[in-house]
Amino acid sequence: MTYAFLARAGAASALALSASLALAAPRTDLTMGQQLEPPHLDPTSAAAGAIDAVTYANIFEGLTRFASDGSIIPGLAESWEISDDGLEYTFKLAEGVKFHDGTDFDAEDVKFSLDRARAEDSANAQKGLFEGITEVTVVDPQTVKVTLAAPNGSFLFNMAWGDAVIVAPESIETIKTNPVGTGAFRFENWVQGDSITLVKNPEYWGEPAKLEKVTFKFISDPTAAFAAVMAEDVQAFGAFPAPENLPQFDADPRFKVLVGSTEGETILAINNKLPPFDNVKVREAIAHAVNRQEVIDGAQFGYGTPIGTHFAPHHPDYVDLTGMSDHDPEKAKALLEEAGVSLPIQVKMTLPPPSYARRGGEIIAAALREIGIEPQIENVEWAQWLETTFRGKDFGLTIISHTEPMDIGIYANPDYYFQYDSAEFQGVMDQLNLETDEAKRSELLKQAQEIIAQDYVNAYLFQLPLLTVANAKIEGLWENAPTQAADMTGVYWTE
Amino acid sequence: MLRYTLKRLVSLAVSLAVASVVIFLAIEVLPGDPAAYMLGVNAQEDTLAALREQLGLNMSGWERYSSWILGLLQGDFGTSYTYRTPVADMIAERVKVSLPLAVYALVLSTVIAFPAGIYAASRRGRPGDVAIMGVTQLGVAIPNFWFAMLMVLVFSINLRWFSAGGFPGWDAGVLACLKALTLPAIALALPQASILARVMRSSLLDTLSEDFVRTARAKGLTRAQALRRHALRNALIPVLTIIGLQFSFLLAGAIIIENVFFLPGLGRLIFQSISSRDLVVVESVVMLLVFAVVVVNFAVEIAYALVDPRLRAGR
Amino acid sequence: MSDPRVDHIPPEATPFRTWHLAFRSRNLVIGSVLTLVFVAAALISFVWTPYDISKLAISEKMQVPSWSHWMGTDHFGRDILSMIMVGARTSIAVAVVAVGIGMLFGVPLGLWAAARRGSMLDEVIMRANDLVFAFPSLLIAIMITATFGPSAVNAIIAIGIFNIPVFARLTRSGALSLWQRDFILAARVSGKSSARISFEHILPNVTNLLIVQGTIQFSLGILAEAGLSYVGLGAQPPVPSWGRMLADSQTMISIAPHMAIFPGLAILLTVLGLNLMGDGLRDIFDPKLRRSRA
Repeated sequence: MTYAFLARAGAASALALSASLALAAPRTDLTMGQQLEPPHLDPTSAAAGAIDAVTYANIFEGLTRFASDGSIIPGLAESWEISDDGLEYTFKLAEGVKFHDGTDFDAEDVKFSLDRARAEDSANAQKGLFEGITEVTVVDPQTVKVTLAAPNGSFLFNMAWGDAVIVAPESIETIKTNPVGTGAFRFENWVQGDSITLVKNPEYWGEPAKLEKVTFKFISDPTAAFAAVMAEDVQAFGAFPAPENLPQFDADPRFKVLVGSTEGETILAINNKLPPFDNVKVREAIAHAVNRQEVIDGAQFGYGTPIGTHFAPHHPDYVDLTGMSDHDPEKAKALLEEAGVSLPIQVKMTLPPPSYARRGGEIIAAALREIGIEPQIENVEWAQWLETTFRGKDFGLTIISHTEPMDIGIYANPDYYFQYDSAEFQGVMDQLNLETDEAKRSELLKQAQEIIAQDYVNAYLFQLPLLTVANAKIEGLWENAPTQAADMTGVYWTE
Repeated sequence: MLRYTLKRLVSLAVSLAVASVVIFLAIEVLPGDPAAYMLGVNAQEDTLAALREQLGLNMSGWERYSSWILGLLQGDFGTSYTYRTPVADMIAERVKVSLPLAVYALVLSTVIAFPAGIYAASRRGRPGDVAIMGVTQLGVAIPNFWFAMLMVLVFSINLRWFSAGGFPGWDAGVLACLKALTLPAIALALPQASILARVMRSSLLDTLSEDFVRTARAKGLTRAQALRRHALRNALIPVLTIIGLQFSFLLAGAIIIENVFFLPGLGRLIFQSISSRDLVVVESVVMLLVFAVVVVNFAVEIAYALVDPRLRAGR
Repeated sequence: MSDPRVDHIPPEATPFRTWHLAFRSRNLVIGSVLTLVFVAAALISFVWTPYDISKLAISEKMQVPSWSHWMGTDHFGRDILSMIMVGARTSIAVAVVAVGIGMLFGVPLGLWAAARRGSMLDEVIMRANDLVFAFPSLLIAIMITATFGPSAVNAIIAIGIFNIPVFARLTRSGALSLWQRDFILAARVSGKSSARISFEHILPNVTNLLIVQGTIQFSLGILAEAGLSYVGLGAQPPVPSWGRMLADSQTMISIAPHMAIFPGLAILLTVLGLNLMGDGLRDIFDPKLRRSRA
């Protein structure tokens, strides 16, 4: 049980392994671990991020797509023109594209996919992305025109989402179990409860994949994930769930650890309608009671960038407002006194399953007890969290990472679960939606960040990192996660 | 005997009917909407309604119960909400892991327990007996998931003899699968073997004091000879009963161990389905397990009655 | 019970002989000592623990055992010894109440069934018991806690329900043999109602059985609580519980094995202590069984 023994055992087998690998040819297969198994494989009819993690860019492609750095690049649409009034997008589609079942990809497929997503009986989890579309017209097989009701600065961004990928009417019936797309990989088989295998699509229209075969293996348990990477059962693990194990991988020459960014603002959400939290002073007290660094160290073992508002720090328009809510329990107590609330305050704190929430919740609860707020922790599953906390708004505090990109707009919706209702903020958002000038948009975004920080809507904790562990000889994995994806098209072994 | 069997059969049917109602009601009150879970935080009301319609969630409780039961009676377990595949297929897939695991654990437990119990009985009161009984006390007391964690630490992380979990699938070969099931089977078998060894020992000691064994000993057989020739067979009856009960326990009770070793078995299927509110799956799998246990109990009772006619008259 | 001389003590246990026997029963002594240690730890924790476990000290996380922290610290820098002491409270409380529920409902049901032996009522009670037995218990416990929210109270109910049939069956079978005895017959002849007989004459005579079984169920309750809180369905933080300590330690087992070892040992030793005590008590109360037990 001594650590020296562990280290020795690790080093010995590492040596043995590198010796045997030196003789082998460069590999063309990869087993990628991920925590969650997709419920099915239709990214256009469920919110499960695990579906996108397997299918995005690998099997399915959209008109536009995210690059690893979060920028929007052409996908199935080679190029596009936007009418001067910003209402008409004319997409020129790539040529020679075929679906995996051999059928041709053309403008009809685009019309089918977009119409299906915005239809009355659509089961698309992000139906809002398609809301502004009034008509999709096929101009010719290679050209499609999308008409919007109002100008929308983020339309191309919306079309890059995994929920907006192009599917074929010929194969839509069986998409959930046998997805047929246009991507560089084809679906091969699915051992439910264990793994999904993709193989290279030899007829891919773009640059072909370097790997011949990719297996996604689903390992939900963090301990098992650690052991599977250590035993090299998987050669890479995306969004590794246990940050506490990363130092061990880092110290082992067999592996490399990629620490990237996600779009996940992790926050202590506060029910703004629930007294006494409707008082901004009480919310400010909470913000000062929380020690961000302690949460990052204790829950995330140091991985995470502190944030002071609901915005991703890697975004050019980010404003660092962490100073407005630095750790200051004395100030917090003073604020509670000013607010004139009677202590202790009993409050329900619901915590969904991820470890940042469960561990972070315990740390924050201990900190809040110091200033006289007594959270009653309730650990819940996702289904329950969605029903009681998110939809039912039956909570006082909760911890959650908002992983949708550019989602500061949720603060403009007074019915959103934390129920922040500010005319000022809503005004800024309305302006933003109509504004097309980049400099002015940037100014408005900064203003929006400051308003919610000043109102202490929620306590902003940290930006969720993307932690990837991989064999040291693998290149081309996404370091950041602008959207949930495990894009395998550019991944290769160096030897 | 026929009358007794019929009586038992009727109560078996009643039991199953009551069980189905209890399971259905328990799941009805489970908070959490499967449709909301599937569509996530950005779902719109109309999308949710459309999905509920597709899933048949807007039917009344009675309609859903009766269609579930009618389906079960025809061997149709329904269709999973989340996976959209027949539940029967999912169960078949998971049974391929759970059943071999249960059998493996049972075999291990028997292989360990029989010699240990027999040896302890034959050395009653001597150091060998005391040592074995001491070890079985530990075996009964140890939380099996903790034992599993320790085994992972030693055999997977330190020694790397076994992978820490997962299941390669039977396509990967029987050997690879047995290897993957070894640590979980040991973790499951340890407490069972301890119980079985104790039952074996006391059952043997009981029979050893029965008249026919005393007679045999009076005829000049040694204690060990008497044990082998006469006591063993008679002592097996309670032992076999325990094995029968352990089997149904192992099939349903491996849920925590399946989680420790992330084995895609029935227990984990239920656990996952509860958290994703895939209620059809939960209902059908729990019902299946209850059915298995009730039938095993029924078989044990009938077997008992065959052996011991007094039971038939009783009750 | 390795001493063969014990076999010659006559079955009628006088108080003196009982104590005499108790001290000679290695099981009972070891078992009682272990049990007492944990009960004492739980009681002491109400007034004193080595460290305050409500204070987190992230900077001191995962320290290995040392003189200042005998069992090291956990991932929040809390003292594990203190956590185990307070956790003993949770385990013991859950198990005691669960056994209490089992006895409260199970014993009267068993007595009733025995009094109406062979009747429809007996059949219904016993079949209902079989049915509860047939449910995969852990699964139902998971469903109960999933439905009503994870908490110590729901864990108690979930474990308690499965204790009911255990006590009902035991009481019934114990009572059935008593109903044949002469002194019961005498009571019946004197016109006492069967309910009165059950409580005045049958119950006192099955108490020993119940105490022995209660000890065993108590240890099973501790194991069950550990299992439930291991899967996150027991007592909620910040209330410490042994099972959750194990769950928390799981991903850190290769960097901080002490976090997993001590709570596991606590469960193991408590359950072991209770089982040994149960065996020892059985030896005293039921000398006939002695010969077959170690």
